[in-house]
Amino acid sequence: MAVLVVADNDNAHLRDATHKTVTAAQKISGDIDILVLGKGVSGVAAEAAKIAGVRKVLVAESDALGHGIAEAQADAVLALAGGYDAILVPATSGGKNFAPRVAAKLDVAPISDIIDVVSADTFTRPIYAGNALETVQSTDAKKVITVRPTAFAAAAEGGSASVETVGGADAAKTRFVSEEMVKSDRPELAAAKIVVSGGRAMGSAEEFQRVIEPLADKLGAAVGASRAAVDAGYAPNDYQVGQTGKVVAPQLYVAIGISGAIQHLAGMKDSKVIVAINKDADAPIFQVADYGLVADYKTAVPELMDALTAAGK
Amino acid sequence: MKVLVPVKRVIDYNVKARVKADQTGVDLANVKMSMNPFCEIAVEEAVRLKEKGVATEVVIVSIGPAQAQETIRTALAMGGDRGILITSDVDVEPLGVAKLLAAVVAEENPNLVVMGKQAIDGDNNAVGQMLSALLGWPQATYASAVEVSGSSAKVTREVDGGLQTLDVDLPAVITADLRLNEPRYASLPNIMKAKKKEIVTKTVADYGVDVTPRLKVVKVAEPAKRSAGVKVETAADLVSKLNTAGVL
Repeated sequence: MAVLVVADNDNAHLRDATHKTVTAAQKISGDIDILVLGKGVSGVAAEAAKIAGVRKVLVAESDALGHGIAEAQADAVLALAGGYDAILVPATSGGKNFAPRVAAKLDVAPISDIIDVVSADTFTRPIYAGNALETVQSTDAKKVITVRPTAFAAAAEGGSASVETVGGADAAKTRFVSEEMVKSDRPELAAAKIVVSGGRAMGSAEEFQRVIEPLADKLGAAVGASRAAVDAGYAPNDYQVGQTGKVVAPQLYVAIGISGAIQHLAGMKDSKVIVAINKDADAPIFQVADYGLVADYKTAVPELMDALTAAGK
Repeated sequence: MKVLVPVKRVIDYNVKARVKADQTGVDLANVKMSMNPFCEIAVEEAVRLKEKGVATEVVIVSIGPAQAQETIRTALAMGGDRGILITSDVDVEPLGVAKLLAAVVAEENPNLVVMGKQAIDGDNNAVGQMLSALLGWPQATYASAVEVSGSSAKVTREVDGGLQTLDVDLPAVITADLRLNEPRYASLPNIMKAKKKEIVTKTVADYGVDVTPRLKVVKVAEPAKRSAGVKVETAADLVSKLNTAGVL
């Protein structure tokens, strides 16, 4: 039984979500190939070839693939699908965009966002924003699965798989117009080891930037926000942590002025250590926090900055 | 231009889902049900297209129990023109839903399908993409802005790390993300008017689509509970505890 892992990449670099998806694939089979989709991705393919235990790396290139157009991505995967029993895709916005297309064309039920591989045909996935965990057994011969990266450890490096070029694919009815990527020196939210998030208590976008961002920079952390803060316009949408935003599981999650609505907890409760700073001692966030500080962020955050400086950070 | 908007009746987003004691599923008895929030955004977008004179008719379709009629009525009160209810007593998986919707599209011939990016019960985020694949139409998922002009639509999409804009030929499938718009509340006169709008009731069998589940639910369990930790008194105390935990 062979497994195809579709790599997550931005044409320049392989993303860590790929390594984590390989770990999930290893629980299904030892015969793992990686497919890199994009344009000008020889560097990405070389990085993928270093993942330990990978048989070979396949590369499909075209303009449409370089822009992550789902129709082209699905067609490129479908051209190879005959040789595999399972196709695993990282559950990133790009992966979730095309994986269901592959499933539909293969006439199989997609299995979304798995957090555990119970056996080669049985998987666990969160439903209802993580308030329940569903274990499903697939009756389809071929499986199309998206893998929640934060639920798996990254596969080790040290391999030297061969790299082969396969056919690219295009999308006749979809044209790329433009993209606006947020430029930031901070780590990416979904992959960061430390995340500092702010909530509605910030009261304005200016206050959010004044309070949350310096603390994040001091900790080398990514910046997150609750949906309430995003809805109020204090932070951009891609900062959003929660059911409708990003699911994160960093080593340390610092929630500042966040009450802890169900939808937010769904996006961060798998973090290793959770810190909550909130002036409301009854805020639900304290029920999941390892360390809670009941205080107004206006005084607590400057004190925290000073304490970090004193500790040599 | 005709717009088709599929909507789903789900547990209200403010209600915490509770797992049944026998681990067969989530307890929906006597729980408040509402329209899936992303579907509401899709309905709003379709109605706005009609108000701008781009769309001429907004058709609402829902697959579910008889009570899904209420969900359709809500969409009609927001400005939808008529509804189609496909009743099913069993939960239809995304693949079956996509096939049923493809059959509805074949009958209705819309120029555009606008739907939510995911339902907040199954959290699959799959039906829009699957419908687009089955129809051979282009897709534009996670939309935060939609601009229809002539035979194509320019769609801004929320992707990891920023925004992407695509131009897709019509007909197409567009799925709505959170920031596409803020859905309106239906006014009382519109709620009254919606009661008179037509809803046709069909069954899954009417479409000749096989919706046999492909996934067997082995169990539905509660996630491991995270227990509350300790309260610290000062920021300095917090930093020393985090240092000890080795997470700084």
